[in-house]
Amino acid sequence: MSDRHEEPEAAIAGTSMGGAMDLGVDEAESLEKRPGPDGAEPEERPRSLWSDAWRDLRRNPVFIVSALVILFLVFISLWPSAITSGSPLKCDLSKAQEGSRPGHPFGFDGQGCDVYTRTVYGARTSVAVGVLATLGVAVLGSVLGALAGFFGGISDSVLSRITDVFFAIPVVLGGLVLLSVITSNTVWPVIGFIVLLGWPQISRIARGAVITAKQNDYVQAARALGASNSRLLLRHIAPNAVAPVIVVATIALGTYIALEATLSYLGVGLKPPSVSWGIDISSASPYIRNAPHALLWPSGALAITVLAFIMLGDAVRDALDPKLR
Amino acid sequence: MRTTRHARWAVCAMALALATAGCGGGGDSGDSEAVLSASWGDPQNPLEPSNTNEVQGGKVLDMIFRGLKRYDPETGEAQDMLAEKIETSDSQNFTVTVKDGWTFSNGEKVTAQSFVDAWNYGASLRNNQRNAYFFGYIEGYDQVHPEEGEQTADTLSGLKVTGERTFTVKLTQKFSTFPDTLGYNAFAPLPRAFFDDHDAWVKKPVGNGPYLVESYTRGSQMSLRRWDDYPGDDKAENGGVDLKVYTDNNTAYTDLLAGNLDLVDDVPAAQLKNVKNDLGDRYLNTPAGIIQTLAFPFYDPAWNTEDAKKVRQGLSMAIDRKQITDTIFQKTRTPATDWTSPVLGEDGGFQDGLCGDLCEFKPDEAKKLIEEGGGLPGGKVTITFNADTGSHREWVNAVCNSINNALDNERACTANPVGTFADFRNQITDRKMTGPFRAGWQMDYPLIQNFLQPLYYTNASSNDGKWSNKQFDDLVNRANQETDTAKAVGLFQQAEEVVRDNMAAIPLWYQNGSAGWSERLSNVKLNPFSVPVYNEIKVS
Amino acid sequence: MGRYVVRRLLQMIPVFIGATLLIFLMVNVMGDPIAGLCGERQCDPATAARLEQEFGLDKPVWQQYVTYMGNVFTGDFGTAFNGQEVTELMATAFPVTVRLTLIAILFEIVIGVTLGVVTGLRRGRPVDTGVLLLTLVVISVPTFVTGLLLQLLLGVKWGWIRPSVSSEAPFDELILPGLVLASVSLAYVTRLTRTSIAENRRSDYVRTAIAKGLPRRRVVVRHLLRNSLIPVVTFIGADIGFLMGGAIVTERIFNIHGVGYQLYQGILRQNTQTVVGFVTVLVLVFLVANLVVDLLYAVLDPRIRYV
Repeated sequence: MSDRHEEPEAAIAGTSMGGAMDLGVDEAESLEKRPGPDGAEPEERPRSLWSDAWRDLRRNPVFIVSALVILFLVFISLWPSAITSGSPLKCDLSKAQEGSRPGHPFGFDGQGCDVYTRTVYGARTSVAVGVLATLGVAVLGSVLGALAGFFGGISDSVLSRITDVFFAIPVVLGGLVLLSVITSNTVWPVIGFIVLLGWPQISRIARGAVITAKQNDYVQAARALGASNSRLLLRHIAPNAVAPVIVVATIALGTYIALEATLSYLGVGLKPPSVSWGIDISSASPYIRNAPHALLWPSGALAITVLAFIMLGDAVRDALDPKLR
Repeated sequence: MRTTRHARWAVCAMALALATAGCGGGGDSGDSEAVLSASWGDPQNPLEPSNTNEVQGGKVLDMIFRGLKRYDPETGEAQDMLAEKIETSDSQNFTVTVKDGWTFSNGEKVTAQSFVDAWNYGASLRNNQRNAYFFGYIEGYDQVHPEEGEQTADTLSGLKVTGERTFTVKLTQKFSTFPDTLGYNAFAPLPRAFFDDHDAWVKKPVGNGPYLVESYTRGSQMSLRRWDDYPGDDKAENGGVDLKVYTDNNTAYTDLLAGNLDLVDDVPAAQLKNVKNDLGDRYLNTPAGIIQTLAFPFYDPAWNTEDAKKVRQGLSMAIDRKQITDTIFQKTRTPATDWTSPVLGEDGGFQDGLCGDLCEFKPDEAKKLIEEGGGLPGGKVTITFNADTGSHREWVNAVCNSINNALDNERACTANPVGTFADFRNQITDRKMTGPFRAGWQMDYPLIQNFLQPLYYTNASSNDGKWSNKQFDDLVNRANQETDTAKAVGLFQQAEEVVRDNMAAIPLWYQNGSAGWSERLSNVKLNPFSVPVYNEIKVS
Repeated sequence: MGRYVVRRLLQMIPVFIGATLLIFLMVNVMGDPIAGLCGERQCDPATAARLEQEFGLDKPVWQQYVTYMGNVFTGDFGTAFNGQEVTELMATAFPVTVRLTLIAILFEIVIGVTLGVVTGLRRGRPVDTGVLLLTLVVISVPTFVTGLLLQLLLGVKWGWIRPSVSSEAPFDELILPGLVLASVSLAYVTRLTRTSIAENRRSDYVRTAIAKGLPRRRVVVRHLLRNSLIPVVTFIGADIGFLMGGAIVTERIFNIHGVGYQLYQGILRQNTQTVVGFVTVLVLVFLVANLVVDLLYAVLDPRIRYV
């Protein structure tokens, strides 16, 4: 396979899950073509891409706001009782669909559960699904993608075709089929499913980034000096190929949280007694005319969370992409 | 004459599609040519009478077929339809005489042979008919439908055509109310066209009812039109019905409000609060022969002990039926006080309050009973249900919350949704249930026998919990052999008391049928099977 | 070019077999579908056994797959549980979904690209910030919430449109569902075009074109847009398959009897034949769309040559 063919294929990277589609091999390339270390301050350590990016991010209000929102979400995921005293499973049917009142600022849902408490407790599940699924997708996807990109040839062809196979299955459909028979009421089946169908997105990007990084002179030099494959991959290529993966993963995180809600809406997401925004949104959606508040609050919380992660990803990408400076 | 009528229908249908204006010559009470549109669900199986076991397919069969008996749309009483008379001297051998003058809509005469052929088809293992067991009482069923291996006969030996309009039925045991079961769809007659060109028939069924199928796009829409030469008294009073498939009954209701649909026969629970506002008096809510219960896995030793009986009784008393039916269902369900249905009437065997205190909400006693019974097995219960259809999620959550509140333990009861109905049935068939599970029962025919025998008799087809009780079985056997109806009902009620004393299943509520309609319609009724009586609807 | 296409087509074969096998296995994991066919009753064992035989469920999975694929190549996609041929279901479902997808893609191209160009040329101005925020909101609210809200407001409260789609599903009734289906992708297309335009605006060839004194419109359309469209075309191409398969939610809300509806029904009834058949076609659409996108590259970017 000549290199010409790599370009379009690698550029199809990142579709279908609805994550950062705008990141193809171009940006991976551009990350590598960044200007060399600044020679003006010789005694300082050469400024790396990362310290550059960090300096940028600290000054970016979008980053600060989204990071604060995410920190807050992580905080209430770990200690929901810090801001609510009720229990999300305590429901009194006689209060069903009632509006807000002192002590219950968001009102009650169709079962008479306190919407505020459930919204607070729902953060934990959503954040857990988002973070763990993204971790899984990123690890699996970048390992497979890096292997394909690094070794090329037959292993690349085989791995790329396998990637295509998983890529070709419509996500929501796969979720319906796989999750409809799961009886577990933990978050793991949902996470496992997202990892199973989500990794190709990262894998393609990682592959493209590794292929570009591989051609750099310093990698060739290291190879000529007799560096082993694992050393080449881990020490020389990986640090330079990881940036696009991080960017896409951050944005994908938001979409995974929304995906959990969609699966719950279709009746195959998380199961009780789990408390999640997806469950609450889907159970409130038929009552949209009578009790819009029960739908609005969890939807709002979900939207803000997804927004925060996407904006974070956006900010990180801008910081890591010197072309846009 | 017929062709012009067809043309007129077509024009009407088009005009209706363009604007909801009325069509053709106007009477003041209703336009007999106008077509109404009604909500529908995609039938699961091919539309053969002996293959249709759910309400959506049943709706169509009810419009295009008439059997020997028909259940009165109001009282549910089985009345002769095509049967001139059904005679027996011993409750085991019956002689059926078919009325003269009936034809199928393709002109073929309805004869005794039409029935015998249809029943033989339905019973034969080769045809994979889901309702085959309805013919299980007829002699020779074992040969045409053996439990294992190849069938050794093609026709039921208990059916004999003795004249153009008469045939005899021999049963394997005494069954005094057998004639009353003959109103069920599975017993409908079939024309030769069904056997000669089966594929064509299934694409566009031909029957002997007040409507004929004009066109059928599977999974999407069926257009039925009035059959003008229909020989029965219950002629259609409208020009026809367009059944439209909806995946979600919320969308159907929304369409009704927007004026795109004339009739919704299942108002979603979530909209019940708005019905008065949206529709005013264009809404109906009547009792139907449906009861919801919670069944238990008696194959699980934890649920099959004397102590477990107390736990079941305790659970029953921990459920605030009234609050749930009032709040979740807006009074379209009635708290159950026995294991049958009010549509049977007092004479038919319905007994208000048979369950007594055990079906009353008494949280303190509930807690005490469950403690006496050794607590919930494993410290908690899960209520399993299928989440794909109906509004089951809402009520299961509410039942669990009620139990949790009564027991003062947030995690005592959890809802356990199963993604698909097929998987839910699989888990039941494979005996994988570990706690109570949803068991809804819609009657096939309005007899107390139908509410008890299929559900609680040892190894009966819908005895999902595999409950078995000798006393109950004996009483049912005696009741079936009893020729005097009142005495038979009395015996069934005694059997029902056995169910109560053991709390074989927790009765929850009787389900009503509900329907909402547009301003164009009048005289909308639901029969005891919660199916609209389409032929009586008037359209203006 | 010809050799490239042939090679790509050959590569499709293993992907096609792999994807269909994967979905076949997934549907099989769902278990025995027969139990659901007998209502709230246990199927009698004899009938259940015969039904299994009829649908070929009594054989081992690999054998079922081989038989199935063999039939598919002769154009026989099997029969659904209601006795209907799957090809017949496809004939009614695909035209509807294709119309829906067309409308969605049209929205993506017209609105998405326009907004993208406008914001890309005005980076940092209020218009840019406003549109950017809007796209973020669209992306972060789940489709079914957007769909239900719009249906309630436009269809019921204000009565502007039909809240559901009739069985004929003409184009005009599909406008709102198409917009809902497109919404998330629309937001991505906007962002993608914006980034791409902003990058290329500072490139040498654009500066040259401006320096040559070409009219602004010509520079934007001929030089800037043509080069900026490459990633956008990639995205939209891959999105076709995603939209067709992802319409499950939208089709459910608006009662559209298309591919998503058939798939949903098929899954609920564990109807292997329907689900596998439809997904097989979707996989094909996905693969072909990807190939077409790659070929479009050569048209849009003369630097790329396929050999």
